This record gives sequence, structure tokens and C-alpha cells, in this order.
Amino acid sequence: MTNKTKISLENVSISYGESEAVKNVYLKIPAGKVTAFIGPSGCGKSTILRSINRMNDLIEKCSLKGRVLYEGQDLYSPNIDPIEVRRKIGMVFQQPNPFPKSIYENIAFGARVNGYKGNMDELVERALRKAAVWDECKDKLKESGCSLSGGQQQRLCIARTIAIEPDVILMDEPCSALDPISTLKIEETMHQLKKSYTIVIVTHNMQQALRVSDITAFYNAEVASGKSGGKIGYLVESNDTEKLFNNPDQKETKDYISGKFG
Amino acid sequence: MIKKEKNKLNKLDYNIRLSRNICNKLLTYTIIVFSLISIIPLLLVLIYVLIKGGSQLNIDLFLLEPQPPGSQTGSAGGIGNAIIGTIIITAIASLIAVPIGVGGGIYLAEYSKGGFFSKFIRFGTNVLAGVPSIIAGVFIYAVVVVTKVIIGSSFSGVAGGMALSILMLPMVIKTTDEGLKLVSDDLRKGALGLGATMYTTIVEITLPHAFKSIATGIVLGLARAAGETAPLIFTALFSYYHISSFNDIFYEMSSLSVLIYNFALEPYSAQNQLAWAASFILIFIVLILNIFSRLFSRRKSY
Ligand SMILES: Nc1ncnc2c1ncn2[C@@H]1O[C@H](COP(=O)(O)OP(=O)(O)OP(=O)(O)O)[C@@H](O)[C@H]1O
Ligand SMILES: [Mg+2]
Repeated sequence: MTNKTKISLENVSISYGESEAVKNVYLKIPAGKVTAFIGPSGCGKSTILRSINRMNDLIEKCSLKGRVLYEGQDLYSPNIDPIEVRRKIGMVFQQPNPFPKSIYENIAFGARVNGYKGNMDELVERALRKAAVWDECKDKLKESGCSLSGGQQQRLCIARTIAIEPDVILMDEPCSALDPISTLKIEETMHQLKKSYTIVIVTHNMQQALRVSDITAFYNAEVASGKSGGKIGYLVESNDTEKLFNNPDQKETKDYISGKFG
Repeated sequence: MIKKEKNKLNKLDYNIRLSRNICNKLLTYTIIVFSLISIIPLLLVLIYVLIKGGSQLNIDLFLLEPQPPGSQTGSAGGIGNAIIGTIIITAIASLIAVPIGVGGGIYLAEYSKGGFFSKFIRFGTNVLAGVPSIIAGVFIYAVVVVTKVIIGSSFSGVAGGMALSILMLPMVIKTTDEGLKLVSDDLRKGALGLGATMYTTIVEITLPHAFKSIATGIVLGLARAAGETAPLIFTALFSYYHISSFNDIFYEMSSLSVLIYNFALEPYSAQNQLAWAASFILIFIVLILNIFSRLFSRRKSY
């Protein structure tokens, strides 16, 4: 299988106002694979993830240096429309956030904003099936999305993202609010999804990274040299998941992984 | 006061003679008394107006035009035109205040970045909310009535509606702003993360979610506007006649509040009676609007 690069970050540094959050990240995210981001809290995993579909634009004072390339196009060049970016690169958040509408409408919303003209019923079913919630939802499509359980809500949110037919799906700790069974279901969903999408997932759960990802990127943070004394995140290494967990190139990675496991 | 004994047995019984418990009880009762006192004026007003005005309810009251004092019939007529007038003037007021207010609220909550401009607007809104209603009346009097800018009409229902819209505006802006700010940011991010535009996100996700509080604000604003007298004396003035065509909104128009003001001061008891009846109807309308707003705020959304 050829490893085509879908997204590449070139010397990306992101700051919130004065304080730098992550610096000098070089990363290649291959197409059609699951890439996991791991690392201690506050090292900038979410920040990097959000930069990939320009959700950081919504945070004031957040600025980015470097280049984020999606199939060779610089996502931050002035002629790029962030709306188009987010349609190609969908995002699933840590907290399930279904819209206070019916389950059907939750899915149809994304499809409609993207100008989907086909058979909506079919699309809704297809998206729910892909996200592995169809069986639980099929009899209550007219009920509120908020009436589902947390795990079902999260899968509904995944279905909603699938319905916009993106190319890449970003997931920020999608299972952190879920029980082990829902987590397993979502992981199964990911295995299905990677056949058609490129997936990037942030997780605090090493086993999860091992189970679902092909590539793992490990971030860490160091105390900043500047006056602020805050921490700055950086990418330590990214490698095939097998290799990163069994035989990492960096000692730092090894310490982190063994610390967590041992 | 009994001195607190050292409690060796760890007894947890409630001791009424402890000074903190006495104090607590005392304050509780005081507060109950005060809150009873505070609703007494409301009850008295309601009862008084009900007795004075409620007794005169009949069909004619709702249909007839009021008669000037001292007319030969001896009867003061009805308040039909004043009821219609109040409805028309408040409708005009909300036609102006709702789009501007909801738009302003959307700007403040969704688009503004908390900079100088939005702080200025929020401050201005608060000041506007505190502007005495008579000032709103005088302002429209000077700007619209005297200058006759609206197709040459001076005192008119439209001018009255404009004056009342000034009073409604801050209420609508504030409730829209606050209602939208209560909508969880997760929902916004969810929609934007799917590639929805700001416009779609606001129209389809955040506004419907905030609908209850916005509707409540509008209805309370209406209730406030409907009862105002001073601004109308300067703008809509009064008329003894039913409106007969659309063009009549550009002429003097009667309203319940101005009718009360005019007739309550007349030395004729027939007119005084009519003022009481109008008071009853006005309170009834305001009450209904308030109940409406309660229903809105209780309506369950998903
Ligand atoms: N909206 C924001 N405004 C200001 N600073 C922020 C914001 N979001 C994150 N930061 C800062 O950026 C740094 C990285 O945060 P980020 O959320 O990316 O970490 P993370 O690796 O996702 O952590 P976690 O695992 O806890 O989710 C932190 O120091 C944080 O304080
Ligand atoms: Mg995070």
C-alpha cells in the first residue's frame, strides 16, 4: 500500500495571545489510516487537531505560524475558505454535542449545509449505519438527539460528521465521556470508517491508541524558557503504532509509555 | 440567653433556645411579613380596579366610541377604538423594535468580540432601559411630530408606535443577547465544525434554542409598552373615533392609557366610570401578556 500523505504540518507553531502553546511541529498524516495523538495533558494535542480544520479561527487571539498542507494546499493561505475546509475535514468533539433537534434532523443538518440533493432518508440511514447506531435509532428517528445515551449521542455526532461526506475526520477524545462498551463500539466504528476516510484521533488511553491507530504521534511539553514560565508543547516523535509502543526512537517516548503501563 | 453547655454526648437535637436558632426564626418571619406587604399593593390595585371597572363590562364597552364629556346622551360610550388603538400602536412598536432588537442582540452575542463597540452598545442599551418614558415621547414629538416627516402627519399612531418602540428596544436586545449567550458553545462548534456558515448556525441552531427567552423578552416588552401613557400623550394623542381605513394610522389615535388619563380627570362621573373600565381592560391585557410570557418560558424545548 502506498502511503500517500493527506495532511502535512510543516514547522507549525501555535500561540494563544502572547503565550506559545505548541512549537515547531513537523508531521505527516497518511491517507486512509488512523493517526493517534497521545501525550500528557496540556501539550497541545487539541490545539494541533483544531488547526487542521481551522477551528482555531473561532478562538480569538489564536495565531498560527508555519504551514498546514491538505493535499498540497496551504489551509492558511488567504484564498482558502475555512467553511470549505471544515466540510472536507469534519470534527467530532470530546463532549457529545447533538443539536436539540430530532435524530433525523441532526444528520440532515450537515448534509443540507453541504448542499446534498439526493435522497435524505437514504443518507440518514447510511450515515447512522456507518457510525454503528442505526439499530439503536431506527425506531426513533423523530425523537430528540438529546434523548439518546452518551455513547449513542457520540455515535450520532460521528454519523452527523459522516453525513457531510468529508475526506478527513478529526476526533478529540471521542470516548472520554463514555463507558467501555460504547468505547468499543466507537472503536469498531473507526475500523469501518478508515476504509473510506482518513482519521485523526486524540486519546489519553494508550490501549485505545494501540487498538485503533496505525500511526501514533507522541507530544510532550517542556517548561518555556521565556518569562511566562508556562509550558510549550512539541512533537516528540511519530511512528508506526507498533514501533512507537514497542521500540520507540526517543527515550522520552519510552518513559512516557512505560510510566503509563508499568 | 442560656449559656451553651459543652455537649459531651454529641447530641444533635435541634435546640430552639440557641441564639442562632432564635435569630434564624426571627429573620425568617420578618422576611415573610415583608414579602406579604410587598404584594399587597398589587392585590389592592387588582381588586379595586376589578370592583370599579369590572362591573361595567358589557358589549357596548367593547364596540362604541367614547363620548366627550357633557354630551347630550349622558352616556360616556365605549372604549372600542381605544382597545384597537392600543393594539395597533403596540403592534407598530414591535414591528420596529423586534427586528432591530433581535438583530442587535444577535450581533452582541454572536458576532461582537467584546471590543469597545459592543461594550458601548451594551452600555447604551442599559442607559436606554433607564430612560424615563416621557423622554422617549418628547424625543419623538420633536423629531417626528413637529417636523411632520412621516408623509406630513403630525400626531399619529405611527409616531406613538415609534415612541413605544424606544421603550421596547432595550428589553428585546437584552433578552436576545442573554438568551443566545446561554446557548452552549458546543452546539455552535458542532455546527461550524460541520462546515455550516455563521448564518446557518445562528438561524438553525442557536436562535431556535434561544427562542423561548427571546419570545419572553418581546412579550414583556409589549406589556410594558402597552401600559405607557406619557410617550403617547406627545405622539399619538387621542381620538374619539374608530379607525376606518389603513390611512388612519397617520392621524391621532386613541389608546387605553391616554383614555384613562383624559377621562379620569374629567369632572363627569360617566367619563370616570369609563376610565375605570378601561383600566380594567388594560390591566387584563398586561396580565394576559405576562401569563403568555410565562407559558413561553415554560414551554419545553428538546
Ligand atoms: N482557548 C484557549 N485559550 C487560551 N489558551 C488555550 C486555549 N486552549 C488551549 N490553551 C492552552 O494551550 C495549551 C495546550 O492546550 P490543549 O488543549 O491543546 O492541550 P491538550 O494536549 O489537548 O490537553 P488535554 O489532553 O488536557 O486535552 C495549554 O497550555 C492551554 O492552556
Ligand atoms: Mg485536549
